Amino acid sequence: MSTLVDIVHGTDAVPSARPLTTLPETTPTGPTPVPRPIGRISRDDLLTVFGAAVAALSMTALLFGRLTPLSGKIGFTVVAFVVFVAVYALIVSLTNEGPAIVDKVMATVLTAAAVLAIAALVWVIISTVWNGRKALSHPNFYYEDRSLAGPLSDLDEGGIAHALIGTLMIIAIALLITVPLGITCAVYLNETRGRLTSFVRSIVTAMTALPSILAGLFILATWILLLGYPRSGLAAAIAISIMMLPIIIRSADVVLRLVPGSLREASAALGAPAWRTVWHVVLPTARSGLSTAVILGVARGIGETAPVLLTSGAAASMNFDPSANAMMSLPLETYTLIRSPQETMIARGFGAAAVLMVVVLVLFTIARLFGGRAAGHQSKRQARRSLARSQVDLARIEANRPHVTSGVTP
Amino acid sequence: MEAAIVLSADEVVAPEPRQISERPGAGDRAASKLMLVSGLVVLATMSAVGIFLGQRAWPALREAGWGFFTTQSWEPSTGVFGVAAVIAFTLTIAFIAVAVSVPVSLATSLFITEVAPRRLRSALVSMVDLMAAVPSVVYGIWGKLVLQPHTQALANWLATWLDWIPIFKVSGHDPENPLSGLADFFASSFTAGIVVSMMVMPIQCSVMREVFSQVPPGEREGAFALGSTRWGMIRVVAMPFGRGGVIGGTMLGLGRALGETIAVVLIVSPRFDFTTHILETGSNSVSSLIALRSPEASDIDLSALMAAGLTLFLMTLVVNFVASWFVARSRSGASSEA
Repeated sequence: MSTLVDIVHGTDAVPSARPLTTLPETTPTGPTPVPRPIGRISRDDLLTVFGAAVAALSMTALLFGRLTPLSGKIGFTVVAFVVFVAVYALIVSLTNEGPAIVDKVMATVLTAAAVLAIAALVWVIISTVWNGRKALSHPNFYYEDRSLAGPLSDLDEGGIAHALIGTLMIIAIALLITVPLGITCAVYLNETRGRLTSFVRSIVTAMTALPSILAGLFILATWILLLGYPRSGLAAAIAISIMMLPIIIRSADVVLRLVPGSLREASAALGAPAWRTVWHVVLPTARSGLSTAVILGVARGIGETAPVLLTSGAAASMNFDPSANAMMSLPLETYTLIRSPQETMIARGFGAAAVLMVVVLVLFTIARLFGGRAAGHQSKRQARRSLARSQVDLARIEANRPHVTSGVTP
Repeated sequence: MEAAIVLSADEVVAPEPRQISERPGAGDRAASKLMLVSGLVVLATMSAVGIFLGQRAWPALREAGWGFFTTQSWEPSTGVFGVAAVIAFTLTIAFIAVAVSVPVSLATSLFITEVAPRRLRSALVSMVDLMAAVPSVVYGIWGKLVLQPHTQALANWLATWLDWIPIFKVSGHDPENPLSGLADFFASSFTAGIVVSMMVMPIQCSVMREVFSQVPPGEREGAFALGSTRWGMIRVVAMPFGRGGVIGGTMLGLGRALGETIAVVLIVSPRFDFTTHILETGSNSVSSLIALRSPEASDIDLSALMAAGLTLFLMTLVVNFVASWFVARSRSGASSEA
């Protein structure tokens, strides 16, 4: 039988001279490793990429022109990229080893994907403007409607003013509906708790999945066919509102949730009723986020073609009355023009698309300028203004304070 | 010595307690009424869409019966109609779109969070967001008139060299025959899928970027401190952390791709017999069917379109819920919004 003492000390009685811990023996074999440079781009890296790119381009050019019957721009790009990665890996493996090679190659692949995405965006924008350049260079394109321009007429007749006005009117009506309703509903979701609130929230979340065409189909079947109202800009605006509403509510809900609870509590502690807290504290704090939510919703709504197609229909002439007759929008104008076989009509279509893109770009830039700041963060101008307001308040308080001359002395 | 002040019982006057009332004031009551009303209006509108779609779809569903989901034809006036082919085409286009967009969006989001220099980051984020804001009709006309010749050439190459893969086969195309040219690949699911992938890429990218940006700095730095390379850190820290977000973002993109209308209308030529040959001319989708048929629809046509629309809506609904479930369930999901 071995006792505890035996187990601990070992049964062989020879006391071990070894220390309890040992370090692995470090016998230097070869040169001391140089630390891998990280975190910055060295000249070596740049030259490697450059060399690999030149090698890849020339090898691919050789392949495509001389050795094999390959052709096509996409094919050239793909082959050139594959050759580039291979050459790059080869060069990198001369100076690096193991995981460092994989790291560098993968960094190149990730960069290439980002470049591909950006290049696609640039390609879309430039080719749209380029294909529409003939229409865009005529001033009448911006202030005439298309009612007088037949399919064969030149580009110096007719324009897209009716679609531009139509788009602005439709989106203005949609804003009148969605902004008050959407923001109030988002405030409702944030300020009240209960079973109804969470039910409303999940219905709104579900409705963000609604394909925009179904919003159009719904309005077509109810507003137009069931209730007998004519196809009009108003119907299109309602359809777009139904599509935009869940988007706006959901992003406004997220923004309002970010308003610090301490601000609400401070307001309540100073004796403000709940509605004043919302009006004077919560909404101003979240203002930049709310405007971003609205503007991004507008950017989605303004580009929708299908609901307008179903609920308003195409028109070639100016229509200032949203309650009757078809009202054109820019996306629908683009869609109608592009389906025509005429060269000039297609140029007009690309021109309309370019104008639409400029409108979206302007909205998007405004959203960037407004937003991007978290709730409660002020721009310099806002900070200066609220400082001035506080000083006015301070002066008022000081002026009204009763002078403490007589009273309690301890 | 302290001065002891002794008050007799009747000298003590209990201070009148301030009235504290749980009852909200008039302003609060009006405000909460207003909020409740707006909530109810939104609720009513949104439910009306769903309920009305279901109610109007019912006559068509009753007429077609289960055949609605198995018939590959669309003649509501003769009573022979079903969404089998249309749904299959919709799914095909959406899957092509996701297959193309996921590698790009995953790599781009990793590039933005891990590789790109700090100065470039916000510019890149803006570019990707701008890509999401470009109207789909712009992508549609670009795909139809600018991109299509290139995808046709690519499809020709695939059909010539990879036709042993079933989906790349094109019936009637013979590379030896000089008469069968690029027209065989016109208006295909393949082209439509690539164009739709441009639209879903930014959506997926922003969800994934959001998740990757929440990787705990401690774990990242731990990996680096143990000598990991950047790619090693991405593989063992960022990717496992963001897995839920990656799956959720992918599904969210799938939901968007299923509902895409106008780009598909512009690119494909409609057909009602399903084929798995994605490079072949002709495809379809539920939303393009609705867009093309509903302007001149009779009652039963409209009901049939409603039924198709309802099917599409239920599909996107399921996909979106699964997506948000994945995002919420992931470790990073607590504070991210899908």
